[in-house]
Amino acid sequence: MASHSPAAPGAASASGALFAIRPGEITQAPTRLQSLTDAAFRRLSFLFACCTILLVTFIVFRITVSALPAMRHDGLSFLTGRVWDPNSGQHGIAGEIWGTLYTSILALVIGTAFGLAAAVFLSEGYMGQAIFSILRGFNLHLHPFWSNVPDKIEDLLKQLIELLAAIPSVVYGLWGLFVVIPIIRPACNWLHLKLGWMSLFSTDLSGPGVLPAVIVLAIMILPTITAISRDALTSVPPKLRMAAYGLGATRWEAIVGVILPSASRGIFGGMVLAFGRALGETMALAMLVGNSNQISVSLFSPANTLAALLANNFPEAGPKEVGILMYAALVLLAITLVVNIIGALILQRASRSAVE
Amino acid sequence: MATANLNSKMGMADPFAGVDFGQLEHSLRRPRTLMDFLLNGLVTAMTLSALVPLFSVIWMLAWRGGKRLSVGVFTQLPPSAMEPGGGFGNAILGTLVMVGFAVAFTVPVGIMTAIYLAQNRHSKLAEVVRFAAKVLTGFPSILAGVFAYGAIVLTTGGYSALAGAVALSILMLPTIVLTSEDAIRMVPSKMKEAAIGMGATPTQTVWMVLLPTAIPGILTGVMLAVARAAGETAPLLFTALFSNYWLWSHGHAQLMRPTASLAVLIYNFAGVPFENQVELAWAAALVLVLLVLAANLIGRSLSGRQVQQS
Amino acid sequence: MKIRFGIAAASFALLTLILASCNSKSSAPAEGVKLQGAGASFPAPLYNKWFKSYGANHPDVQVDYQSVGSGGGKKSVIDQTVDFGASDAAMSDEEIARVQGGVQLLPMTAGSIVIAYNVEGLSSLNLSRKAYTGIFLGKIKKWNDPAIASANPGAKLPDLPINVVVRADGSGTSFVFSKHLSAVSEEFNKSVGVNTMPNWPVGTKSKGNEGVTASLKTTPGSIGYVEYGYANSQKLAMATLENKAGKYVAASTASGQAALASAELPANLIVWASDPSAPDAYPIVTYTWLICYRKYPDAKKLAALQDLLKYGLTDGQKDAEAMGYIPLPPNVSAKALAAVQTITN
Repeated sequence: MASHSPAAPGAASASGALFAIRPGEITQAPTRLQSLTDAAFRRLSFLFACCTILLVTFIVFRITVSALPAMRHDGLSFLTGRVWDPNSGQHGIAGEIWGTLYTSILALVIGTAFGLAAAVFLSEGYMGQAIFSILRGFNLHLHPFWSNVPDKIEDLLKQLIELLAAIPSVVYGLWGLFVVIPIIRPACNWLHLKLGWMSLFSTDLSGPGVLPAVIVLAIMILPTITAISRDALTSVPPKLRMAAYGLGATRWEAIVGVILPSASRGIFGGMVLAFGRALGETMALAMLVGNSNQISVSLFSPANTLAALLANNFPEAGPKEVGILMYAALVLLAITLVVNIIGALILQRASRSAVE
Repeated sequence: MATANLNSKMGMADPFAGVDFGQLEHSLRRPRTLMDFLLNGLVTAMTLSALVPLFSVIWMLAWRGGKRLSVGVFTQLPPSAMEPGGGFGNAILGTLVMVGFAVAFTVPVGIMTAIYLAQNRHSKLAEVVRFAAKVLTGFPSILAGVFAYGAIVLTTGGYSALAGAVALSILMLPTIVLTSEDAIRMVPSKMKEAAIGMGATPTQTVWMVLLPTAIPGILTGVMLAVARAAGETAPLLFTALFSNYWLWSHGHAQLMRPTASLAVLIYNFAGVPFENQVELAWAAALVLVLLVLAANLIGRSLSGRQVQQS
Repeated sequence: MKIRFGIAAASFALLTLILASCNSKSSAPAEGVKLQGAGASFPAPLYNKWFKSYGANHPDVQVDYQSVGSGGGKKSVIDQTVDFGASDAAMSDEEIARVQGGVQLLPMTAGSIVIAYNVEGLSSLNLSRKAYTGIFLGKIKKWNDPAIASANPGAKLPDLPINVVVRADGSGTSFVFSKHLSAVSEEFNKSVGVNTMPNWPVGTKSKGNEGVTASLKTTPGSIGYVEYGYANSQKLAMATLENKAGKYVAASTASGQAALASAELPANLIVWASDPSAPDAYPIVTYTWLICYRKYPDAKKLAALQDLLKYGLTDGQKDAEAMGYIPLPPNVSAKALAAVQTITN
């Protein structure tokens, strides 16, 4: 029953003014009030934890309920119909489903290529090694100040890639409208002229279309892929890498033959998560994809995505149309939930196996 | 590099001094070396080109946005179609107010949830909640707006800042829950055990030891969530709509009316042909990105300050 | 750490306070009136000019108008989320029946819908009826099509595809344009018909008159339909159209007034001039309506609204021509003023 309470140093300094510990408050057995408060508080935190699950369930429930009348009315033909004509009562989102999947898959391919390259670049430490060699040329590599520079630059590079993720989607849309489209238009129209027989280039780029949207979307999901892949690559045990070098592998033989395969689960999980993010992306696509219900393989034709459909039509929808849009929202929700759950599961398995 | 630092600190000489590298062969004519060299170059080129869009965006923002930035932009209202001048002060205020309300909604819920998750790490509910939060981080922002439309706009009968704040809080909650749980977990267990050893109830441990120590990490999570919410447009499109007037009028805040926000302003003005409004869109984008970056930087600098498990 | 965080939090709060206090100078005093409107993009520039001028002389009245398209305007009136709406598609009887308490439609101004285009080097273009209906039906796909070339001897028409731009939102401009095309072409009437959101067989979609104008400005080889004021202010090239009498007429105040002269305004103040027969008439002209409820229980709001409408119908008409709209014929504005008085509480 000590009468003074030597609290842990960290807690004292950080909590000093906020939560002053009165002597004796915790050094004696809890009073009845304190036990009751403790039990009550624990119940409360339990309730709040349930809130998160309740929220997810409520969202799904609410959207489903709003979509039910439209589901009963249109049924599954909603998913395969290509015509969106509110006047004749025909609604079909096949064009939007195609647009969503097409743009997201293309963006995933491009984003993975560049994102994985960036992840390898960062995890191998090229920048640091290059700067170290430069410093060694000046014999500064052992200098107390300059020898920290390579690590700082590596950090900076990592921060810059993460900065790509911080830029809001609408700013990317603005940039895409005023920078990307004017820049790629001459090249695209040249491709259409020379290679127009290929279905990929069969229309000309009048303005917004699949390609500008895919480019911007790839830039937006790149940081996700880089971050998760880099984590996966750096968590490969160093002994694997050393073993490969010991057997005479070049750097790239080690990367392609040993490191990438061991990190593959994590990388794949990152790709799935990035895919989920691309599916749900709204603003950049609403501004860049052309909002046209066409189904075409051409990279230059306009298209429409589920998210852009909702963004454009919701503000004006009458009560009946809101129900139909809720149906489309439900489809989007289903697709993104499934993809996100799969991605989260893969990453969970990957991190568990990495610990072993 | 690490070895070089260590050696210099220990006062040893450069281990490579005097080694004759002439004996080791590194010829590009051998296919494996050539492949290695080419792949190195490819990866470097791809990484640097991934940074080009970043610099392009920043350049465009600084150039086109900076041109239009002035004090008037922060204090004036948006111009109409063919009008010169104007600003977006009401949009900045609207964004700050809606994000502020979203923080007020999510922080208590998020921290309480994180406390539960940290205290009951391995219970079934904790695993489910953690998984739900991870899945919710990838939730499409437009669906948060659709939900808030159904739940708030239709029941209260109009567009409002409140509905916008609710939509934003759905997007902020998972980030806050996950980072707060991490922050609380990072508190050195010796501190927690010391408190328990002295006779503290779990609640007292939380309030007197865990939370105060984890506050920097929690704030990091809040700032990161704020950075994300400030930039969201889709949830606000049909919950808060837009307004050409200040939030404050007739002596009180008009929270149940359509509210302006930076993100929606950029979206609206991006597609119009009027030069003045397009320039304002760029200036607003610059202000928004600066706000988001500031929130990110504050968040990251705070995370470095937390007492961590050593 | 705490000092840094304290500084960050304090500056955040300070910024909010500064912004909040900044506007208290320009906001209305406690007894002021705020009117919320939403609707057509067609008259939006003119309405906003009126509201700003009115607000400058009457600081206790704040009017906020959101250009969301005629479809959005009508929906807001039906949902009762606004104080007034605006639409160039007026309102159908079925829509009027859905509003509790009824509505009063007031023609506030009129304007021409032009077919604007963006082709390098082509500063003037004559489009025959067959040509422009063919373009919007998707039948005429290239700029150097004979149907276009025959009316423009000597013009250098490029061998490029025509990029049609149409409206993405529910639009009164689309309604009036499709009404005209249906009156002029039986094929259009059968396949597309009259609608605020016609099912166009071709075209990329943009939001609002503003969005279509922006698309036209930035897309080479494009063509689309917008209100005259937008095309004029952005210096877009406009086609001269063949009217019913066979003459090629450009949009102007005179040709617009000639088109409206033949349309007699009935008691409910809704009339269409889908295909005027006067020789000097521009073929696509329409009134645009402001939609008010029949009853406003708030006496201050009612007084402010009536005063505002009177301003628009009298002094406001002077702004119309400069901005590219057609001033109302005096008998029309007189009928509208009379209707304003019938709104009660």
